Amino acid sequence: MSEKVLMKGAEALAEGAIRAGCRFYFGYPITPQNETPEYMSRRLPEVGGRFVQAESEVASINMVYGAACAGVRVMTSSSSPGISLMQEGISYISGSGVPCVVMNAMRGGPGLGNVAPAQADYLQAVKGGGNGDYKRIVLAPASIQEGVDLFVDAFDLADKYRMVVMVIVDGLIGQMMEPVEFKTTVDVNALKKPDWATTGRHGRDHANIISSLMMDTATLEKWNLELQAKYAQVAATESRIEEYEMADAEYAIVAYGTMARIAKTTVRTARARGIKLGLLRPITVWPFPTKQLQKYVGQIKGALTVELAYRQLFEDVELALCGKVPLGWYGRGGGVVPGPQEILAAFEEQFGKGR
Amino acid sequence: MAEEMKVIYERPKSWANKVTHYCPGCTHGVAHRLIAELVDEMDLIDKTIAVWPVGCAVFGYEYFNFDSVEAAHGRAPAMATGIKVTNPDNFVFTYQGDGDIASIGMAEVVHAAARGWPITVIFINNGNYGMTGGQMAPTTLLGQKTTTTPMGRAPQLNGYPIRLPEMLAQLDGPAYIARVSLDSPVNIRKAKAYMRKAFNAQIRGIGFSLVECLSTCPTNWQLTPVESMERIRKEVMAYYPLGEFKVAEGVL
Repeated sequence: MSEKVLMKGAEALAEGAIRAGCRFYFGYPITPQNETPEYMSRRLPEVGGRFVQAESEVASINMVYGAACAGVRVMTSSSSPGISLMQEGISYISGSGVPCVVMNAMRGGPGLGNVAPAQADYLQAVKGGGNGDYKRIVLAPASIQEGVDLFVDAFDLADKYRMVVMVIVDGLIGQMMEPVEFKTTVDVNALKKPDWATTGRHGRDHANIISSLMMDTATLEKWNLELQAKYAQVAATESRIEEYEMADAEYAIVAYGTMARIAKTTVRTARARGIKLGLLRPITVWPFPTKQLQKYVGQIKGALTVELAYRQLFEDVELALCGKVPLGWYGRGGGVVPGPQEILAAFEEQFGKGR
Repeated sequence: MAEEMKVIYERPKSWANKVTHYCPGCTHGVAHRLIAELVDEMDLIDKTIAVWPVGCAVFGYEYFNFDSVEAAHGRAPAMATGIKVTNPDNFVFTYQGDGDIASIGMAEVVHAAARGWPITVIFINNGNYGMTGGQMAPTTLLGQKTTTTPMGRAPQLNGYPIRLPEMLAQLDGPAYIARVSLDSPVNIRKAKAYMRKAFNAQIRGIGFSLVECLSTCPTNWQLTPVESMERIRKEVMAYYPLGEFKVAEGVL
């Protein structure tokens, strides 16, 4: 059925989203992800979808909100400063319980920062951003192929839980070219039409209303408890991790996305030198694979968190392992991407020669 | 004689028959009633999705029997765009106050108008932020006292009021732009006729439409309902002239 094609990441991810059933895309230009909206603008009309260039990221996410209320598969993408502008809308979408997908090609910050690869929006993505008690499912692919595959899961999870699903990548994944295979094509006509959507009554015996406003305190608390129950279910069932060379590992690197891909080379180099190093790579960063990490308590003598940020991922590793496993940290900022040797040097500096 | 009786006035079917939260003498109720009548008369109840604002009309979805969504402050035109694009056959309107549309949401309405897609905006101009207690709005008149212009709106400090229909009428996108007043029976009848044109501009697929409704806010104006109607006629209409500012070919 499918064959491998050589594609640029930002375009392959767009095609992955379309194969996953996305038919509506709203976005605003920002580097380093412009190839995604550009691809959507020419490709979506071919599959009966619509692309809209919005006047701002604020408008993009609210257009997504509108389309999500209609029960269609819809997404936007942006990069760090633009994602910051979308936080209000993400909170409203979460508070209304409608599904959508948001991709963030993270770049160096804070502020305008630069357009180089970074992971400095981790805490915004997994812990905060907008106002109120809400969570998103956050998927962190480490390659173009994984990103394409995860887009199918992203839309399925969004629909299943009526949540915002974020896909976080960086300019490195977006700008490089790799062979990619589109294994799944979702038939949008076969997707179940939700009964909650505001699509016009068309004979329905009641009006559907979508709102995040609940002035009565007891009503809003009850809704929050429903959301919390849903998040607990997601946390219990949807966390994912790749465990690489962990069977006999005495030490582990914890890293996700681009940083994890580079750290794999570090693991191979270390093992060639006789250091029993493995890699724990969260694929979902919310829910964080806490239990999967805790499995190695007692086995590993140390864990080094590596990230393109300053102690953001480290917070979750610390919550999972603190006091049970000696922890180290190595991170770079401003769009600087360390190589495998720099990671190994950091490991040896903090944990000795692994013996 | 019974067979000669006929219904000449009734509650619109698209009206949910609830007591509204609006203050006595406020014209939101009049605007709501006109929308409900038009949705009935134009047989739109099955196709309608309303997008409600942040402001006094934030609970608008409680009062109608058609589908509704509640937007973030100022973002109703963007949300309406997202809804309309998923099903262009539906009838989508936003209902927004002056702070919502002409301050925090100015970008969204200008670009919705510039895109020219057939959605309809009902814009309630009562010259202040009613829900939050009567602060200055972009439409507050010069000299008008509000809770944030206690000495009256001064242009050196607060700038000048915005005439939104006149601004949007400069664009090529809109099909129909008008300003009406809800101060009197004759103007309410005219308001309904202009709203009908705005609805038709969408139904006929001609383009974006907007009707600004000069409205009262007796509570924050600290006037009686009757005095509020008189203020519209004497002061508000002097700055905000009634009329049609753009009528594209085919708008009926």
